[in-house]
Amino acid sequence: MNKVVTSADEAIRDISNNTVLGLGGFGLCGIPENSIDALIRKGVTGLTCISNNAGVDDFGIGLMLQTRQVRKMISSYVGENAEFERQLLSGELLVDLIPQGTLATRLMAAGYGMPAIYTPAGVGTEVADGKEVRNFNGKDYLLEHAFDIDYSIVKAWKGDTQGNLIFRMTSRNFNPLIAMAGKITIAEVEELVPAGELDPDHIHLPGIYVHRIFKGSNYQKRIEQRTVRTA
Amino acid sequence: MLDKNGIAKRIAREVKDGMYVNLGIGIPTLVANFIPEGTNVVLQSENGLLGIGPFPLAGEEDPDLINAGKQTITTVPGSAFFDSALSFGMIRAGKVDLTILGAMEVSENGDIANWKIPGKMVKGMGGAMDLVASARNIIVAMQHVNKAGESKLLPACSLPLTGLRCVKKIVTELAVLDVLPEGGFRLLERAPGISVDEIRNATAGKLIIEGEIPEMSL
Repeated sequence: MNKVVTSADEAIRDISNNTVLGLGGFGLCGIPENSIDALIRKGVTGLTCISNNAGVDDFGIGLMLQTRQVRKMISSYVGENAEFERQLLSGELLVDLIPQGTLATRLMAAGYGMPAIYTPAGVGTEVADGKEVRNFNGKDYLLEHAFDIDYSIVKAWKGDTQGNLIFRMTSRNFNPLIAMAGKITIAEVEELVPAGELDPDHIHLPGIYVHRIFKGSNYQKRIEQRTVRTA
Repeated sequence: MLDKNGIAKRIAREVKDGMYVNLGIGIPTLVANFIPEGTNVVLQSENGLLGIGPFPLAGEEDPDLINAGKQTITTVPGSAFFDSALSFGMIRAGKVDLTILGAMEVSENGDIANWKIPGKMVKGMGGAMDLVASARNIIVAMQHVNKAGESKLLPACSLPLTGLRCVKKIVTELAVLDVLPEGGFRLLERAPGISVDEIRNATAGKLIIEGEIPEMSL
């Protein structure tokens, strides 16, 4: 078993047009920067991207919007992006907005081998349109289906050659969930170590969910809202 | 009349020792600044943190450590990180004691609308629908009237809903009100210098006034 690849380009080599991708991250925190750059170099188009957010105009998934590679976004919040808004209003881009917890849990369900979940989020709202409503113990819930993702792309802090991953602080967010939901999962990591160097008790996501792993480089880790206090 | 910090200061009095609290973006975020010294609360950030600390000092920002508003933050001793499914799991399971969030409209039966204005750019609901569907106690922080001078406390919401029958309490620049289970806004407190008539004129939904209404103490 060899999961290690040498570059982002090699990791995404067989992603073709019209693929369903899952991308980890929350805002610009914990996004797979190297793989996004590689997808832009490869020039694949017609992508459906499942990601909590859509980046900003000049970073993250926003870069793939600039190059018109994304056909559809499935997200919970897509603000802070003027090009996104332009493409949405002109009809170039399709958007499916879903509650953040529903997004997370539909990914989890995929990774847990469950076809669907019931959640109260969106009951009585337009999110419930066309969905089965079922009452448990006096409260209504919506049936929501597990995602079906061709390629998942995530960013972790540390990984080993078995694909085991450790995330850092709030950059964990959607990354392990996106990773669990992919038929093929690609992980880029800041530090890649031989199997055995990570404490098995400290693994956040076991490598069984990861098919390709590479050491990323030149991380920008942009901050979306820099807020500080005065001493 | 209260300013934004005044609204946050009044809401902070609802935060009790030992609570786990989720603060939304905007005025709710300010509530953290007014929680009294010695009141131990744990702030939850739905992107995967229990134990939000203050903003970092300049030069100590960490891009891997942000809140749900994508602002750089710090942690407090005893904090914990987790993924987004677990984050909404604890919300859905009712482990978070109090949720404080903003709203565009609240109806007299506790429905809330805060994510979409038809015809305008729609940015998404984020975690709001999950929070309002599951939180045991929801306090709304908002202006009593919108920029056009129209009441935001209505018989029924006109905007697309975020959740049904979920708001328990509202704090505005004019008043503190409960939403009664049988329907109606019950006036509890007036903002300093605000009369009951001013509150009545700014409230389109059913307003219930019982006895003398005290001025709020801050």
